[in-house]
Amino acid sequence: MPELKQVHLAAHFPGVNNTTVWSDPRSESQIDFASFARLARTAERGRFDFFFLAEGLRLRELKGQIYDLDVMGRPESLTVLSALAAVTDRLGLAATVNSTFNEPYELARRLATLDHLSDGRAAWNVVTSWDAFTGENFRRGGYLPESQRYGRAKEMLRTARELWDSWRDEDLVADPASGTFARPGAGTFAHHGEQFDIAGRFGTPRGPQGHPVIIQAGDSDEGREFAASDADVIFSRHGRLEEGRAFYKDVKSRLAKYGRRPDDLKIFPAVTYVLGDTEEEAAERAAEIRRAQVGPQTAISYVEGFWGRDLSAYDPDGPLPDVEPDLGEGVSRGRAQFRGDRASVVRRWREIAAEQDFSIRELVIEVTGRQTFIGTARSVADQINEFVQTEAADGFIFVPHLTPGGLDDLVDKVVPLLQEKGVYRDEYPGSTLRENLGLAAPRDTAGAEREAS
Amino acid sequence: MTHLHLAVALDGAGWHPAAWRDPGARPRELFSGRYWAEVVQEAERGLLDFVTFEDALGPRSNDRTDRVQGRLDAALLAARAAPLTSHIGLVPSTSTTHTEPFHVAIGIASLDHASRGRAGWRPQVSARPSDAAHFGRRTLPEEPDDLAAELFGEAGDAVEVVRRLWDSWEDDAEIRDVPTGRFVDRGKLHYIDFEGEHFSVRGPSITPRPPQGQPPVIALAHGARAFEFAAGGADLVLVTPRSRDEAASMVQRIGAHVKVFADLVVFLDDEPGAAAVRKDRLDALDGEALDSDAAVFAGTPGELADLLLDLREAGLDGFRLRPGVLPYDLTGITRALVPELQRRGAFRSGYEAATLRGLLGLPRPANRYAISTGGQP
Repeated sequence: MPELKQVHLAAHFPGVNNTTVWSDPRSESQIDFASFARLARTAERGRFDFFFLAEGLRLRELKGQIYDLDVMGRPESLTVLSALAAVTDRLGLAATVNSTFNEPYELARRLATLDHLSDGRAAWNVVTSWDAFTGENFRRGGYLPESQRYGRAKEMLRTARELWDSWRDEDLVADPASGTFARPGAGTFAHHGEQFDIAGRFGTPRGPQGHPVIIQAGDSDEGREFAASDADVIFSRHGRLEEGRAFYKDVKSRLAKYGRRPDDLKIFPAVTYVLGDTEEEAAERAAEIRRAQVGPQTAISYVEGFWGRDLSAYDPDGPLPDVEPDLGEGVSRGRAQFRGDRASVVRRWREIAAEQDFSIRELVIEVTGRQTFIGTARSVADQINEFVQTEAADGFIFVPHLTPGGLDDLVDKVVPLLQEKGVYRDEYPGSTLRENLGLAAPRDTAGAEREAS
Repeated sequence: MTHLHLAVALDGAGWHPAAWRDPGARPRELFSGRYWAEVVQEAERGLLDFVTFEDALGPRSNDRTDRVQGRLDAALLAARAAPLTSHIGLVPSTSTTHTEPFHVAIGIASLDHASRGRAGWRPQVSARPSDAAHFGRRTLPEEPDDLAAELFGEAGDAVEVVRRLWDSWEDDAEIRDVPTGRFVDRGKLHYIDFEGEHFSVRGPSITPRPPQGQPPVIALAHGARAFEFAAGGADLVLVTPRSRDEAASMVQRIGAHVKVFADLVVFLDDEPGAAAVRKDRLDALDGEALDSDAAVFAGTPGELADLLLDLREAGLDGFRLRPGVLPYDLTGITRALVPELQRRGAFRSGYEAATLRGLLGLPRPANRYAISTGGQP
């Protein structure tokens, strides 16, 4: 019998979007540190690889006003993760940090700091924004053309790696007897590129992992290529088996041309789950959660985003708006999902609504469905395992809908069943996130160049 | 006697450049979370008001391989200590010259949330051309007066932006109103619309108002521009007087509306004369006498208590002590100086407040954007 692949799990702190159900009486603070600590400890109890925080640097707007229907307000990721390093021991700590509105020297330093303070558990989800809307909060404004966003992200990552590599492990001597604290020239760097032209001395010694684990979440061709060349983990939205296998095969096949092995990049679809004692009970709960996620006002605002106009006069329990969408600049700011070909989305929705006789709210519940695993603990464990054994995923990042109890039943009921199957660890195998993910030490490219020059 | 306030400045292995070579130092642990957590916990054991964390966007000002090189990000160090402490204030230093005020505002606000109201912020300027080269975005003026005017002008703008962002969410903005489906009352979220010479920031913050409303802003002031900046935007100013008279004139210059602490580098030993011998030995190891912007004290805890109680007569509210060697001189402060001051009735015997503003006697400020209804609808 071939050896079973091991399942990896990660946790997403319930985010600033309508997946998070704030109206549930069990929903607690989205900002108190206690909520973060509780979820992180639950994830660590379940031997998860890492705990993940998303980012958004401007409050979203709809129709010229701040969007007020979803959970909003969140802390700065690296600050919270540094605090979580004090109350966890093995859990990876993953921050989303924007490469457009940060500079490499400061960002590389902050990530190296988190890696030191957590004894090697830092990860960085590299994202880019190009929009002037977010840029209004920053010195340089919205300066980056959309076409350059991956160029910026790649150069940011390359520069950060040069900075991390500017200290070799042996540069930190700290030997009182010889009186040498650091080797001469430690931290020396120079980067002359399109986005950054910087040189000097990097002020933070190399972290325990060398480089933090790099995460990428883009699903476009460019995003997949970026992940294949540069990332250790890629998130996907492919929560269905066939799509998952196609994505897995496509992404893994791109690695060889960068001199990387298939195991060097871990594929983690982002998924949700709902458990019940029976399949029927789970399905009922899942439907209730969907109704809470898509309240009447949320349903209207969602169609407004695609129609590009005010639809507040329409009844969420009535038919789709009969007016045509306004395909101008739109009414939503700060949300990627309302960009693109809105006319064809509206056409498709009208077809679905006509076919199934859906109201506005029913349609939005249908088309925004992200629920992946619904069932008994045993059937969910079976599904998770099937994805991994049949190469549709290496693991999953779970997006709970409740703060802070949203991972409790996953860890208490599903994890033990995975352990029983022999596909999930009882203890962490290593102490750093790289070790727990089964990743090799990072390549020290900048250092190698330095030696050669 | 009203109580003195006491803070400690943490940096590397201590403030003597050879401190890391002291037998009690832990030079291999300077980049570990455990080391920093333990020194902050020691400071809390001594009931101190707050600790500061030094930082810079470049290597330390020297290039000597026999001195400590490298630092960790101060704001993240402070956050690492937050869950392991419960009363002491945590005050990281950040540069206002090469950073984004928006990021700084949400970082300090998040530290305040993580510590439940114990964050402070020490803004500082980065004047070194080598730091500017790490960012590659600007050339700083060479002429010292122009440089100071630009950097402190920008620092003043940064403090204004950060303070506005902290207030950009009213305390009761989150309403979770199920019937209307609204998580927040957007009438209680405010654009800050700051436009200045160096940056414009629209707002609001992405982080709800910090528990303290406004975490205390703490500034170290040496030159004229720095005094102006500190007196204008800070809640507490750190000064470096060399005598009681000098302290008095600094207090007068800053004004009564702001707290003033004096900085002192300290070497403490119970045995008379021992601290000076220890300092001399470190000077010899380093090859030169300790050179500091602040006055240097080496003596017994009793002598230091005498000095502090004398200096306070100049109108000082407290002191920020910079331990010569960590953790040795920190322990001298917490386990010998503090009990000595307590015996003299000059220092608290227990924490009386749970926030840094509370410890410093600063009231929680009203939100600048909140419309006071004064009981009217």
